[in-house]
Amino acid sequence: MPKTLLDKVWEAHTVADLPSGQTQLFVGLHLVHEVTSPQAFQMLRELGLPVLFADRTVATVDHIIPTHSEVRPFADAQAETMMSEIERNCREFGITLYDRASGHQGIVHVIGPEMGLTQPGMTIACGDSHTSTHGAFGSIAFGIGTSQVRDVLASQCLAIEKPRIRRIEVNGALPAGVYAKDVILHIIRTLGVKGGVGYAYEYAGSTIDAMTMEERMTVCNMSIEGGARCGYVNPDQTTVDYLRGRALAPQGDAFARAAAWWRDIASDADAPYDAVTRLDGTALTPVVTWGINPGQAIGVGERIPAVEAFTADERDVVEDAYAYMDWKAGAPIAGTRIDVAFIGSCTNGRISDLREAARVAKLGRVRSHVKAIVVPGSQDVARQAESEGLPEVFRAAGFEWRLPGCSMCLAMNPDKLSGRQVCASSSNRNFKGRQGSPSGRTLLMSPAMVAAAAIQGAVTDVRALLGGAR
Amino acid sequence: MSQLVQVTRVAGRPIPLRGNDIDTDRIIPARYLVAVTFDGLGEASFRDERFDAQGNLKGHVMDDPRYRAKGTRVAVVNKNFGCGSSREHAPQALLRWGIKALVGESFADIFFGNCVALGMPCVTTGSDEIARLLAAVEADPTQDLVVDLTAQTAVYGPLTIAVAMPAGIRNQFLAGTWDATRVLLDAAPQIKATAARLPYLTGFAG
Repeated sequence: MPKTLLDKVWEAHTVADLPSGQTQLFVGLHLVHEVTSPQAFQMLRELGLPVLFADRTVATVDHIIPTHSEVRPFADAQAETMMSEIERNCREFGITLYDRASGHQGIVHVIGPEMGLTQPGMTIACGDSHTSTHGAFGSIAFGIGTSQVRDVLASQCLAIEKPRIRRIEVNGALPAGVYAKDVILHIIRTLGVKGGVGYAYEYAGSTIDAMTMEERMTVCNMSIEGGARCGYVNPDQTTVDYLRGRALAPQGDAFARAAAWWRDIASDADAPYDAVTRLDGTALTPVVTWGINPGQAIGVGERIPAVEAFTADERDVVEDAYAYMDWKAGAPIAGTRIDVAFIGSCTNGRISDLREAARVAKLGRVRSHVKAIVVPGSQDVARQAESEGLPEVFRAAGFEWRLPGCSMCLAMNPDKLSGRQVCASSSNRNFKGRQGSPSGRTLLMSPAMVAAAAIQGAVTDVRALLGGAR
Repeated sequence: MSQLVQVTRVAGRPIPLRGNDIDTDRIIPARYLVAVTFDGLGEASFRDERFDAQGNLKGHVMDDPRYRAKGTRVAVVNKNFGCGSSREHAPQALLRWGIKALVGESFADIFFGNCVALGMPCVTTGSDEIARLLAAVEADPTQDLVVDLTAQTAVYGPLTIAVAMPAGIRNQFLAGTWDATRVLLDAAPQIKATAARLPYLTGFAG
């Protein structure tokens, strides 16, 4: 019987069928960071248990780490406590920690792939909802809570229900100035923020096939914003080529055997799906969110939709968004003045994102009323960018070049909005208060669109800028 | 190992938390996650919905004197409650505020799983039923809302509505096996056997 990748990976990792109807699922790679793990390690201590597979557990620091200074102790005493705690926990339980001294520190969803830890056919868990990122490699990867982090530390397993599966096919070449970020924002806009609840998303079609691994990571990263706990792309030659030579990927003869297994794990051509959605990639434009969840998004040339355009069920959230964001229905989103521009995050903090943003940054200077920051996703990304001269490009245009971390995506470190500031952001969530000010406003868009907004001082169609550059 | 704690019935004063797509950043703002314990999260529940920048109350339902009863609470919510960040701090905050069960139209997957791990049942019912329940508790919040996992009902005064939960999860609550660590470790030999047949853990030795 033909199977999906989800079926095959699930079967390979099933330890037992639990009386609850859930699966006891083996976790092939457990990624750990400083925010959702300290309580889990403490619970483990109280239970007197070791970490069962310490060699399949890898830690880094990203959420609370300051991006403007490497000095220890951190200025924020609580952040310093969290840093010390993960150092102690990794030492005590025998877990590798990629801290700044290692030279490979970064956002957990950036370093896993770039080091070759993330591989096709694995199950991957992390106490972070954007673990779905790793699905770009054809792994089944999802976020878990702290009690589940404890369970994985103790048993390398989770009690979890197998999701249903929706195949999302995007076909056709993307127009210039339209990026992977626009594709996933369009998918979420189409299927809604609840559309994926109970589902895994399989992304396919010629648009996805043509994407680089970094672009696929951007797409899979935001699966959770559509309600899907995981999303994946079937492994192909692009996947194999990306992994070849990575430090922690299989080496030598083992690589060829690995590549054969990776290809076998892909969905069979006639595999059954619970649902299928088809979208036209050629019709896409740059997308910008206008509301308070990632599904409230429009093309950059569109206007804030009227409440009547939504189902009765959605209208309360739409009215809430108008009030919070200070919109009137019918207003164009292009031209919206911004105060802050943020380029970075696990969605868009990789080298290709920085290259695209730099290409736009070369076309102007950050407007004087805008604070613009660029935060590489990892130390490896930062080194690559430095070797290409990107920090100089950004600085010359008036952007700040920072140290790697989650930064302004999530307000657990000094990078935060203040008051009612409007931020053009390459991150993943525009929830109320997400960027650190309880009244701060976030407009999600691609890194190139953020750079364009920074140099125009307002939301701008990056295609017009890039067109002028050619 | 922890002791088995059966959860068959939760009774407490209702707290209506209206709205679809209430995300976990709203339930517990990120700045409260910069800590190594879950202590003290209860009072930070919905902090930015409850207080303005000067620390004045904004009139959120959690601060409404009609809903200030002490003791166990049962929340009534709409669709996709707990979406967004996987932070267990969200259900931990609600639990510490007193909420020990939730009745809603639907819950985000990760939030639901986190609640199971804490022994907090999340049961679902239809939109009409939630609308009736919200109207009833807002009209008179002085009764106990009773979530009965055995009977699969939520009872509020004269109002009895059927509620659902996946059968296996419900059995875990009824049997007291919702704390998964023990169950998972019971399969230690099968865990090793599974690892031994995964190609990427055996160097793709073939």
